[in-house]
Parts: sequence; structure tokens; C-alpha cells
Amino acid sequence: MDVIYLLVLLLVGALATYLSGDKLASKVALLFSLGAFGYSLYLLNLLEAGVNLDYTAAWITKPNIAFALKTDGLAMAMLLLTTALTPMIVFSGFGNDYKNARSIYALILFMSFAMAGTFLAADGLLYYIFWELALIPIYFIALLWGNGDAEERKKAVLKFFIYTLGGSLFMLTGFVYLYLQAGSFLLTDLYQLRLSCAQQFWIFMAFFLAYAIKIPIIPFHTWQAKVYQKAPTVGTMLLSGIMLKMGLYSVLRWQLPIAPLAAKGHQYVLIGLSVAGVIYGSIVALRQKDLKKLLAYSSLAHVGLIAAGAYTLTLDGLRGAVLQMIAHGFTVVGLFFVAEIIFRRYETRLIAEMGGIRQQTPKFTSMFLLLVLASVALPSTFNFVGEFTVLYSLFQVNLGFAILGGLTIILGAYYMLKMFQHAMLGEVNAKPFADVTFNEGLLLVLIVAVLFFFGLYSKPITDLISPSIENILIHINR
Amino acid sequence: MDTTLALVLVLAPFAGFLINVFFGKTLGKSVSGTIGTLSVAVSFVVSLMLFMQVNATKTPIQIALFDWIQVGNFKVDFGFLLDQLSLLWLLFVTGIGSLIHLYSISYMHDDEKMHTFFAYLNLFVFFMITLVVGSNLLIMFIGWEGVGLCSYLLIGFWYKNQEYNDAAKKAFIMNRIGDLGLLIGIFILGAAFSTVDFATLKTALETSNSVNPNWIVLAALALFIGACGKSAQIPLYTWLPDAMAGPTPVSALIHAATMVTAGIFMVTRMNFLFSLTPEVQTIIAVIGAATALVAATIALVQNDIKKVLAYSTVSQLGLMFLALGCGAYQVAVFHVITHAFFKACLFLGSGSVIHALHGEQDMRRMGGLKKVMPITYITMLISSLAISGIFPLAGFWSKDEILMTAFHHNIALWVIGSIASIMTAFYMFRLMFLTFWKDFRGTEEQKHHLHESPKLITIPLIILAILAAIGGAINLPGNAWLNHYLAPLFSVAHQEHVLGTTEYMLMGIALAGGIIGIAIAYMKYAKQGQLPEEDAQITGFSKVLYDKYYVDEVYEFLFVKPINALSRFFRDYIETAVSGFVFGLGKATMVLGAQGRKVQNGNIGLYLFFFVLGVIAIISYLFLAQ
Repeated sequence: MDVIYLLVLLLVGALATYLSGDKLASKVALLFSLGAFGYSLYLLNLLEAGVNLDYTAAWITKPNIAFALKTDGLAMAMLLLTTALTPMIVFSGFGNDYKNARSIYALILFMSFAMAGTFLAADGLLYYIFWELALIPIYFIALLWGNGDAEERKKAVLKFFIYTLGGSLFMLTGFVYLYLQAGSFLLTDLYQLRLSCAQQFWIFMAFFLAYAIKIPIIPFHTWQAKVYQKAPTVGTMLLSGIMLKMGLYSVLRWQLPIAPLAAKGHQYVLIGLSVAGVIYGSIVALRQKDLKKLLAYSSLAHVGLIAAGAYTLTLDGLRGAVLQMIAHGFTVVGLFFVAEIIFRRYETRLIAEMGGIRQQTPKFTSMFLLLVLASVALPSTFNFVGEFTVLYSLFQVNLGFAILGGLTIILGAYYMLKMFQHAMLGEVNAKPFADVTFNEGLLLVLIVAVLFFFGLYSKPITDLISPSIENILIHINR
Repeated sequence: MDTTLALVLVLAPFAGFLINVFFGKTLGKSVSGTIGTLSVAVSFVVSLMLFMQVNATKTPIQIALFDWIQVGNFKVDFGFLLDQLSLLWLLFVTGIGSLIHLYSISYMHDDEKMHTFFAYLNLFVFFMITLVVGSNLLIMFIGWEGVGLCSYLLIGFWYKNQEYNDAAKKAFIMNRIGDLGLLIGIFILGAAFSTVDFATLKTALETSNSVNPNWIVLAALALFIGACGKSAQIPLYTWLPDAMAGPTPVSALIHAATMVTAGIFMVTRMNFLFSLTPEVQTIIAVIGAATALVAATIALVQNDIKKVLAYSTVSQLGLMFLALGCGAYQVAVFHVITHAFFKACLFLGSGSVIHALHGEQDMRRMGGLKKVMPITYITMLISSLAISGIFPLAGFWSKDEILMTAFHHNIALWVIGSIASIMTAFYMFRLMFLTFWKDFRGTEEQKHHLHESPKLITIPLIILAILAAIGGAINLPGNAWLNHYLAPLFSVAHQEHVLGTTEYMLMGIALAGGIIGIAIAYMKYAKQGQLPEEDAQITGFSKVLYDKYYVDEVYEFLFVKPINALSRFFRDYIETAVSGFVFGLGKATMVLGAQGRKVQNGNIGLYLFFFVLGVIAIISYLFLAQ
């Protein structure tokens, strides 16, 4: 029962934000999202004390759809990621003056609600509803508050919307088929299904289309860069920080345990595709002129590695994937915030128009550099823990995968340092760069602190997620 | 007690870093520099205490703090190992580190960001200590990448110059190529032995024989690739000469005395692995010898005083790897230490010269400095004699050990090592004569301002020169303290060379080689007073050497250009194509829909036609199915 209050809190928060008017909206949204974060910490406490937080209630009897939520360690980790990032994302908007502010902040909270629901849902149809629900707010955020030419933006956002929706329809078909087999959408019932190899293959493929587009895995990624570039930064943060983790999380929660044979049978293809994304994303990132697009391709590379970890079907791979999801979530939000901070001062996202900023603002530069270092997974950052674990799992499958995936540590350093050099270093820029405001600095410090704290001491998170991952592995290896 | 001491040892420089980052600017330059220096000095004192303890008890100190990373079959402690090897390294890292910090107080005093400089330098020492004291491969890896980061920050310290930034970036990326190798090595060992802890790995490797030997070879090779990156060996050496873009104290500390020896440290640390793989040892010896020779030939013709020293460092590191490849770990360690003394002294001395000349680094614009800078001259002279292997200075003993080992291993390696050594003597004295002898060739303006450097600069020079002179005493043949001290680390007892006729002959040849090298340099540059040509006049093979065999250009052609071209190709064509394909799918649907819409045109007749067609189809199917 307790978990529902969290969803209610976020939903009410969205409503309250909308009603509070443009002036107060940001503060109300921050208050509610912080409340949600606090409440998730309370839930974490309950979970660690051994309280069973799972919740199931009958909802629709024909067809048999239940309002079922599952809160194990894995879901809890994703929930915490969502509720921790949401206030940060809201807070990052404080420096902007949005028109119709109440709507955008309400949409952020609503999106947070839908994503939290996706992570918690333990009934296929409920999960599907949350999954699609999350698409609506981001569609409007990107469309209405985005930047650049309106027509082009509309095109990019619409493409993204139809593309992901289209992919999800295959997943829905998959669920309907599963329902016909199991007579229920409940996760627990679906786990019990003993499907044949062929059945698993089709289910797996149906899910794969939805997830490959959402994550994205190449070649299903073409919506990403444009949308990241065109969306307002809060939207990009929501997308890259949390929403793409919905896809990765679903791989672990739904795809692998329901159709493990398909995953095992095509393991090399799946890992190969994911690793190809790592290299492809890194190489494309090298030659990007737009900072946000560069970060988008860097994100493509990083999630490729996460997906590769998940498809190893090993304890290390799954655990590393989850660790890396969390690390990546914070890092990417931080980096997009950096892009936003520069945009607020220089009104450009083109790296060529930056440069020579370091002299003017050493503090901001340090924070930026720390985020860059986290992104390239310097040991002692949380990203290293995740990346190391994933690469180790790849090694257990095949040495070649570890080497190819490991290229990320070389290529990643290349494009990130190159970008940093041209954005920040060099002769002092003639245009003045105002030092970061207190709010901006605070947010950056928070993110960096999280990344370095867990980089040195990741045990709490590892302990939290390990039992649920072991449980998933039991289903995979049944 | 030990834990506290160890934490002080590690955290003192980190505290210095934090203070300088947050309060450095307010504290002012002198205070900032003093704090930076003291924090390293504290580590030195603690190292000394721990060293005496371990030297007396002969028992290494193991400290485990907390779990850091957990993977399926092993977990990694955040732990320290203070044994003979790490303490030895700590002593010269923190000792020379303190001297270089002291030197920097004066050297960097005119720089507006002096506190930042000390912050980075402290951070470097912190990571270097972490690298050395880590009790397992992964903690070592934190330090390993951490020093790489500091190297990046310090090479690009004058960040307004994009060329310097390029050099910094290059160093970081090339190191990362090696780091991938190191990581793969860690994976192999972790998967095979369920541990990456040095002590347990040692036992496991010595007792277990269930592991496929190919994996062990591969692991050793992978680790060696890591060492190549950090210690600038072929093919990953080209970043080190470029790294001279950093301020000179950085070159002395990081790119000569400490960080670049990390590869040798790691191989020595993992000696129990390398000793099992003679194939890899051969590769190490060959690469080391090749690097020693190639770098020495390049150093022959360089005119930038720091570039000469940089290639000299690469060459000397090559000699150390030659020793490692021969399985003579003690000998390599011995040369690491003596090299740290004289090379740090030489770099700091060159810094003193550059300082006096207001940034001039081209030896063609120097000359005649020995009268105005006597202390710099004498200390550098001692160090040059030491590196040239002149009896009885430190370099003589350590280099002689290397050559002797090579001789007993393979005569070809000995020949290569000896040639490299003769070249070393030549280019070092070319440097000395061009810089200090004859008349001053700079501008009148510079001539007016020539001066000996202040005490904060000369004192470290004097101390290092003394060490360069007498440092060999720690491992004299017949009374080899270092060999005995390090003996517990090695499973195979080190064969001490019995001093027979051959050995004395080898010593004589090495000494004669050094003297010949010096003599040629003397004839050319002191007696005849030749000057190196201006850049445009350099021709023939000298030009090939002067342009460093065009290796940078080859790498640019083979790797950098193709990958950037690929990136543009992906960006401009593949991305558009894939995206176009998706749009094509959308368009196809629309076309299909448009065609479909034509059917829904309200024409009852057409509907009826299709209805009848359908009914017929169903009925015929039912019949046929029966």
C-alpha cells in the first residue's frame, strides 16, 4: 500500500503545480519532487527492514488486469534514481524563464509519475499503460518548449513519438499473446510460463523492438540526437537521465526472464549489436559540432555498453548494467546541465563558438571537468564501478567483446577531452562568462558528490540490487 | 597504529590538494607553496618511519579498509600493502617529490595560478602514493589512472595554448590505450584466480596449475601493454616528448622520476606472473632494448634542451625494461632509483637555465652559462657524468648491472644496450657543452638578465646531485644492500654476478663507451665549437632523426585521420541513410494508406463486389478444407 502513496504524491504534485500558477510552479514542483524523494527514502528504509512492499489489487476482471506493483531492490533502485533526479531536473529549470511555466513543471512531475509507475508495475498491461503514459508529457515538453526552428522541431518530435509508439505496439501484441497463454498479465504468472523456443523468439523480438528504440540500440537510434538537441534541456535530462533507463530496466524485468531461451540463443547477436553501438556512438560523437548532439551520441555509446552487460545474462553483467544506469543517469543530467549553463551565457550550443571559458570561471570549469572524468569512467567515480563490472562480464562471455567494448575507454576519452578542450580551454574568450549562480553551482556539486561518493563506496547500492538480480537470474536460468 | 600512519601517508598530500584548491588563492603564493611542500614532506617522514619498521621486522604491513567493488567471483578491498617494494618507491616518490615541490615555490612564483599548480602537484603525489601502496591491482589502477589525470592537468597547465592542450590530450589518450590492456589483464587474472590481490595472486599463481597457460601468457602480455603506455615504450612512447609542454618541475617529477616508472613498478610487483612467461619476458626485453636505442638516436640531434632530456628518459626507461625482460627485477629497480636522482636533477637544472633565459629552450641560443650559473652547471655536470655511466657515480653501477645482465642473457641485447649508452654519453655532453660552454648566443637583453637561480632552486639541485653521485652505494657489487632488501619479493633468487674477468671487462667496456661518447661530444662542440644547424638546413638522416622518424605523422595517418574520416562518414552518410530508411518506412505506410483510402470511396457497388468475393473465398475454403 505504501508504494501507491508515492505515485499519488507525484500525481497530486503535478496537479498542484499546474494549479499554483506560473510564478509558484517551479517551487511547488520542487517541493513535491523533494517530498517524493524523501518518501522513497522512507520506502527504502522499510524495504531494508524487510517489509514486503509489493501490492496487488484487482482492477479489471475481464480481461484479467491487476493493479500490481512490485518493489524489490531493483525497482527500488530505479525508483530512487527517478525521484532523486526529478527534483534536480526541476531545480535545473530555476535559471530559465519558461512561458507557461506551470504547464512544463506539471508535465515534468507527471512524467516522473509515469516513469515511477513503469518501474514499479508488475502487471503487463498496467506496465504498458505507464510506459506509454510517459511518452505524452515528453512529447509536449519537447514540442512546446524546445528550441530551434519550429517546423524542424515538430518533425523531429513527431518522428520520435511515432517511432517509439510504433515499437511499443509490438510489445503490446507480445503481451496480448502472453495473456492468451497465461490467462493473466501478472509478472509472476508470466514468469511461470514455459514457452517453446519459437514462442520465446517472437515474444523476445516483439519486446526487443520496443526496447531497442527506447534505449536506443543501433540502428534504432536515429530519433535520438535530433530530439536531444531540439528538446529543452529539462526534457533532454528526463529523456536521457531516466526515460531511456525504462528500456534497459524492462530488458531485465520483462524481456530476459520471460524469454530467456531467445536471449541465450541470440546472445552473440545481441551483445554484438550493443557493442557496435558503443563504438559507433563514440566515433560519431568525435565529429559533432553541437554540444547537445555530442552528448546524445556519447549517451548512445554508454547505453550500448549497459545493454551489452544486460545481454551477457551473468550476475556481473546485470549488476554492472544497473550500476551503470544509475551512474549514467546522474552524469548525463550533469553534462546536459553544463550545456544549459553555457547556453544561458553564450546562447549557443556550437562548440566552435565557445572556448576560452576556463580563465573566467574556474569553479564551473572544475565541475565540468569532474563530470567529464566521470563520463570517461575514471576510477573513483561511480561510472568506473559500473563500467568495470560490465566489461568484466563481457570478458566472461568473450575476450573480443571485452576489447571492443573496452574501446570506449579510449574513444570516450578522445571525444570528451576534445570537446572539453575546445569548449573551455584556449585563449580567453572575448565574450564575458558570468560565474555560475549559487543554484547552478549547488546542483553541479550535488551531482558530482553523488558520483564520487558511490565511486568509492558502491556497496549500499550493490547490496540493494543484488538479491533481486539473483532472483531474475534464477528465472533466466530455470 | 599502522592504519593511522598509512592513512596519514596517503591523505597528507590530498589534504594539501584540498587546502590549495579551496583556500590557495586567499592564502597567497608563499603559503600555498609551503603547504603544498609540507604535505608531501609529511608523507616522506611517514614513509621513512614505516620503512624503518618494515626493514627491521621484515614483515609487510597489510591494511584492508572496506569493500570497494564486488563482482561475481571476487570482491576488491580498498586496501594497502606496505612491503619492501612499495616502501622503497614511496621513499623516492615523496623524497624527490618534496624537493621538487620546494623548487617549484621559487620556479612558479611568477605564475598567477601558482596555487592551482601546487594543488595539482599534491594531487599527483596522492595518486602516486595510491598507485604504489594499493594492495591489489584495482587500487593500483585508481592511482594509475589518477596520475594520468594529473599528468593531463599539468601538461596542459598553461591551457591558453591549444598546442599544450593537444599534448595533454594525447598523453591521456595514449595512456588509456595502455590502460585497456591493463584492464584486460586484470580481467583475465580475476576470472582465472578469483582474486586481484597481489599477495593471494602470488600464492595462487605459484600453486595452481589448473589454469590454461595461454591465459597466463595473455595476462602478462596485457599487463605489459599497460606498462608500455605509462612508461612510454614502443609503440606508445610518443606522448612523453610532447608532455614537455608542462612546466619543468612537472617534467622532472612526473615525466622523469616517478610516474613513468609506474610500469616498471607494476611489472616488478607482478614478477611472479612474468617469471612464469618467458615468451613475454623476451618481448619485454626486445621492446626495452629497441626503445632504448630508438629514443637515444632521436636524442642525438634534438636542439630543445627538454626534448633531449625527454628522449633520454624514454631511452633509460627502455634500459630498465631490458633488465625486467631478463628477469633482473632488482637491477631495474636499482636503475629506477639512480635515474630518478640524476634525471630529476637534470630536468630541474634545465629548468634553472630556462628560468634564467626567460623561457628559452633552444640550445642553439644558449652557451657560456657556466660562469654565470656555476651551481646549476656543476650539479648538472655531475648528473650528466652519472647518466653517462662514469665511475664511480650512481649511474655507473646501475647501468653496468643492466648491461651485465643483458650480456649474460643475450649478447645482441648487450650490444644494443651498449650502443644506446654511448649515445647517451654523447647527447648529454652535447647538451652540456652547447648550454654551458663557449660564448653566450642569446640576445643582449637576455645576457643582461643572466643570473644564478635563487636558493630554493639550487638547494634541491645540490641534494639531487649528491644523490646522483653517491646513490650507487645502495647496491654495490659484493655489498648489495638493495638486492638483499628486495629478496623477499621474488620467488627466484637473484643471481649476483660474481666479479670475474668477464665482469671487470664488461665494466671497462661500459666505462670506455661512456668516455668515448663524451670525447666525441667534446671534439665536436667544445673543441671545434660546432653548432647544430638551423631547422631549415638539417638534411639527410639527421632530418629523419630530428623529425623523430616521422612516427607521429605515421600514427596520424594510420589512426587519427581514418577515425576522424570515419566519424565524418558516419555522421554525414550513415546517419542520414538510417534515418532516411525509417522515414521511408513512414512514407511507405502513408502511400499504402492513401491507396487504401481510395477503396473506401463510398461506392456501394465496389463494396458489394468485394463482399461477394469474400463470401466465395470463405465457402470455397470450407469446401476444400473438407
